[in-house]
Amino acid sequence: MSLQITDIRKAFGGFQALDGVTLTVGEGQLVGLIGPNGAGKSTLFSVVSGFIEADTGEVRFKGADLGRQSPAARARKGLLRTFQVPREFSHLTVRDNLKAAAPGQTGEGLVGLFLRPGEVARQEVEITAKADEVIAFLRLGPVADLPSGRLSGGQKKLLELGRALMVEPSLILLDEPFAGVNPVLIEELVERIRELNARGIGFLIIEHDLQALTRLVPILHVMDRGRILASGTPGEVLEDPKVREAYLGGAA
Amino acid sequence: MEAYLVAIAIVALIYVLLALGLTLQYGFTGLINFGHVGFFAIGAYTSAILAMNGLPLVLSFAAGTIVAGLAAWPIGLIALRLRDDYFAIVTLGFSETVRLVITSEKWLTNGVQGIPAIPRMFAGISVGSLASFAVLAVLLVVTIVAILGMGRIVKSPFGRIIEAIRDNEDAVKALGKDPARFKVQVLILGSGLAGLAGAFYAHYITYIVPDQFIPLVTFYVWMAIIIGGVGRVSGAVVGTVLLMVLLEGSRFIRDVMPFISDVEMASVRLGVIGLLLILFTIYRPQGLMGDFTRR
Repeated sequence: MSLQITDIRKAFGGFQALDGVTLTVGEGQLVGLIGPNGAGKSTLFSVVSGFIEADTGEVRFKGADLGRQSPAARARKGLLRTFQVPREFSHLTVRDNLKAAAPGQTGEGLVGLFLRPGEVARQEVEITAKADEVIAFLRLGPVADLPSGRLSGGQKKLLELGRALMVEPSLILLDEPFAGVNPVLIEELVERIRELNARGIGFLIIEHDLQALTRLVPILHVMDRGRILASGTPGEVLEDPKVREAYLGGAA
Repeated sequence: MEAYLVAIAIVALIYVLLALGLTLQYGFTGLINFGHVGFFAIGAYTSAILAMNGLPLVLSFAAGTIVAGLAAWPIGLIALRLRDDYFAIVTLGFSETVRLVITSEKWLTNGVQGIPAIPRMFAGISVGSLASFAVLAVLLVVTIVAILGMGRIVKSPFGRIIEAIRDNEDAVKALGKDPARFKVQVLILGSGLAGLAGAFYAHYITYIVPDQFIPLVTFYVWMAIIIGGVGRVSGAVVGTVLLMVLLEGSRFIRDVMPFISDVEMASVRLGVIGLLLILFTIYRPQGLMGDFTRR
């Protein structure tokens, strides 16, 4: 098991955002997570990625308990996340956004920067090549040298994914990757995610665009009011009466 | 007149060093440091006290730089866990604490009487103006080295990551890097520069008292970088020079408007700078040098 989430609870004041969530993502799996607004999906991502501390419960990644590790420590283990609202480094170019994400740079330390200029220069060449690979893979070539703040919403989503790819991820949590993205680009993105998955990268994807998502993931979980309401193949889950009620907002 | 211009150039370069430190901290990293003058004061007093006790100036200058830089370390560790606006208040509080400490600890700093007769640089050169020129030359070299060093830093992977932190700290964390580590380094570096500026100041003015280290100094530096353009090394230089021209040049307003008294003059000066800041934020928020050198 790559990611094991066990009985996570989190309350904000009197509001129980997460009410005992248990969920697993196997090695290299593609898993979808859907649910109405306010169901707790993004809160769950924040707990798993270490931005929010859960009240109780446990998150294990590659078998080890993540405990109270920082978001940065989790990312270094290969557990990456993107944000629902893109958080690009808006003054940096697309290429520099990607290069900033590359791990283990000697030139990011002041000592290394001034004492080992040769090594820094060599790494820059490698990192640039890697960034250019990601740029080509995500078809961001035409905007590679633009400040990322000037990209369209969809391009920013691609960039978010691209930065995560620079870190050598084994599991990426994607928060609404298709929201605000035009239909043509969604097709691209679906294709890219499939290719990455074929290379062994796992995905847990929050998405409202069920059409795109159900074509992509073999396993779907539905959240409502801080709990997992149903799990299974997209076909099974979407036929579930409980799910239909949660989505149609039937008077409970 | 020549001596006067040299004097202004020296003070301007001291402010350029201060502005470079703040540009690194705020312009590139987004750290709102309202206590820059505190590190300036630490550098000035450290170097002055050590030199009064016979330490060669080269060493006292180095000590002023290092002590000011190290003083930023604990502040960084404590304060970087705070939100931006709280960090600003903590640094402002820190610089006022420094001023109160140098006011109160008479055994060390001679309190409000200050430290007079601080050893000059190039005391061996007896001719006044020549010595001033020598100070100016050294300061110019140091400033150029600082500018080149800054240029190297901001174009490096380190520069890239601090700009990323400024643009979105959470995203940096999400990519496996710890922003606090970088922010502490930036704080130490900028404060070290302020300390070096302080050492030059102390040994040039040769007389320091706590009242020279009020928050207004910090805000002059802020004004300079806002006018020049916050995210630019060139902005720090141009902004500071312009601010000095305004501050000093306004002296000459009285030649054409003799009806303005000395007391009124101080207010007119600040009024002019205030107006300029307002006009800049409305019409050119990126500062004078902003966008020209945009990569």
